[in-house]
Amino acid sequence: MTAPTARPFSTPYSSERTNDEGAPPRQARPPVSAPTLTPLVQRAPAADETTTPAATPAVKVDIRNINFFYGTAQALHDISLPLHERRVTAFIGPSGCGKSTLLRILNRIYELYPGQTATGEVYLDGSNILTPGLDVNRLRAKIGMVFQKPTPFPMSIYDNIAFGIGLYEKLPKSELDDRVESAVRRAALWDEVKDKLRDSGLSLSGGQQQRLCIARAIAVEPEVLLLDEPASALDPISTQRIEELIAELKTDYCIAIVTHNMQQAARSSDYTAFLYLGELVEFDETERIFTHPQERRTEDYITGRFG
Amino acid sequence: MELYSRRRLTNWLIIGLSVAATAFGLLWLVLVLSTLLINGIGAISLSLFTQMTPPPGSSGGLLNAIAGSLVMTVIATLIGTPTGILAGTFLAEYARGSRLGEAVRFVNDILLSAPSIIIGLFVYEVMVVRMGHFSAWAGAVALAIITIPVIVRTTEDMLRLVPSALREAAAALGAPKWKVVVMVTYRAAAQGMMTGVLLAVARISGETAPLLFTALNNQFWSSDLNGPMANLPVVIFQFAMSPYVDWQVLAWGGALLITASILVLNITARLLTAWSSFKQ
Repeated sequence: MTAPTARPFSTPYSSERTNDEGAPPRQARPPVSAPTLTPLVQRAPAADETTTPAATPAVKVDIRNINFFYGTAQALHDISLPLHERRVTAFIGPSGCGKSTLLRILNRIYELYPGQTATGEVYLDGSNILTPGLDVNRLRAKIGMVFQKPTPFPMSIYDNIAFGIGLYEKLPKSELDDRVESAVRRAALWDEVKDKLRDSGLSLSGGQQQRLCIARAIAVEPEVLLLDEPASALDPISTQRIEELIAELKTDYCIAIVTHNMQQAARSSDYTAFLYLGELVEFDETERIFTHPQERRTEDYITGRFG
Repeated sequence: MELYSRRRLTNWLIIGLSVAATAFGLLWLVLVLSTLLINGIGAISLSLFTQMTPPPGSSGGLLNAIAGSLVMTVIATLIGTPTGILAGTFLAEYARGSRLGEAVRFVNDILLSAPSIIIGLFVYEVMVVRMGHFSAWAGAVALAIITIPVIVRTTEDMLRLVPSALREAAAALGAPKWKVVVMVTYRAAAQGMMTGVLLAVARISGETAPLLFTALNNQFWSSDLNGPMANLPVVIFQFAMSPYVDWQVLAWGGALLITASILVLNITARLLTAWSSFKQ
């Protein structure tokens, strides 16, 4: 019963993607999914996953027992999971399941709005970022975020990137130029904008704007990247470029991505967390989630039976 | 078919009524403006801009009144703009949903609709009586008090139009709140806020009542901000009420001048808005 329904999602993995011209090379995936690894935990595995064998990269962000409230309404219930260094972790689940909420806890951006509270701990390199009194601005400089809709600032392309750099570093002009250029290059946008860096960021197309936002986020050299449905407002070609970019960036960053798109999660992530009604139903290596989900609800969701 | 033609008929009827109502409203505007144009155009001459207000029976211009109006409007704008923008910023960025914010907004709305003569009387009591004489300063303060609620309101409205995603994006880079406001939100709302300032200037450039109690008037050229100062609205008021024909002609000229400058301000404001929406 499990096998036939799960099948459509194992195919895009192997055959379908290779037909897709320009798709991110499959071999980019590091060989973490060897069957010897990670004795599969039955329920949502908690932080003790950190003690898995050496081949698993270190835990960068450790989410422990997170509860989240919009006013008095509880949106997340006791979520625990790790985000690994140089790996992509996808948060999937139906609308309103709390995946974006979970992402927004990791840089404490939810605190911009009164009445939203989180309890529990999130450890970044061993120190709890939810500690009251922590300098959230410095935290956010370490944890970059890209949003669903492209949000270029109403200034030039150059200034969009330089804005974030200038917040915490005072660089001479030539060094700043270099930093801007390398960020734009890494975001695979350089060839398109190198001759019009002084143009408004708003003059770019949607896909270019989103890559500008990614460039802006990586320009400040964060340690973690949070992507909140970064491609959902984009056309397929722009989406593909963003996915290629994610594959490229994960060589340096710990990336968490929220997505509605099941194929995208399967293609771009190493680990997948399935959330449903504010609870973490299952967290595992992406390959396992999409081929042998342990939970009935996970299987139902990824095979399109609800959501 | 019966139903269809009945609906068609109703449709035409309603359209007819709407057009008639619009025409009725515009008729008065056209009458006012054409009367102003017919009577005022003859008064526009070089001497209007180069000579002082004359005593009855001799020729002259409105130079001292034009200059006085400009001086007081500029000072009022310089006081009102930063105050209004800061208060509007407080309401939109710092006091959302707070009790204090609600109270400030409510009081501001009252101030927005306060009769300008009350503001004139207030400044008369607070400044003119204490200083012992009328002054351009008092006039400028009265005008500033009128601009503030207008600018507060437009600033707040324009800042609220800036999507919160933009603020989140700036905050997510590690920008402290004041930098988000100054470097991102203000930029996104700049044209709208400018429009608000221009509309406030347009509003005060024709105000008469507050100046009557504060700057009063001056027959002569004066650059002393501590003394009474001539200004277009009060001159128009005084000259139009007078029995002297040459004074009345000057009043028409002044009225046309004010109307034209308000028109220019409004068109500039519209162009700014159009430009900003085009740029998005």
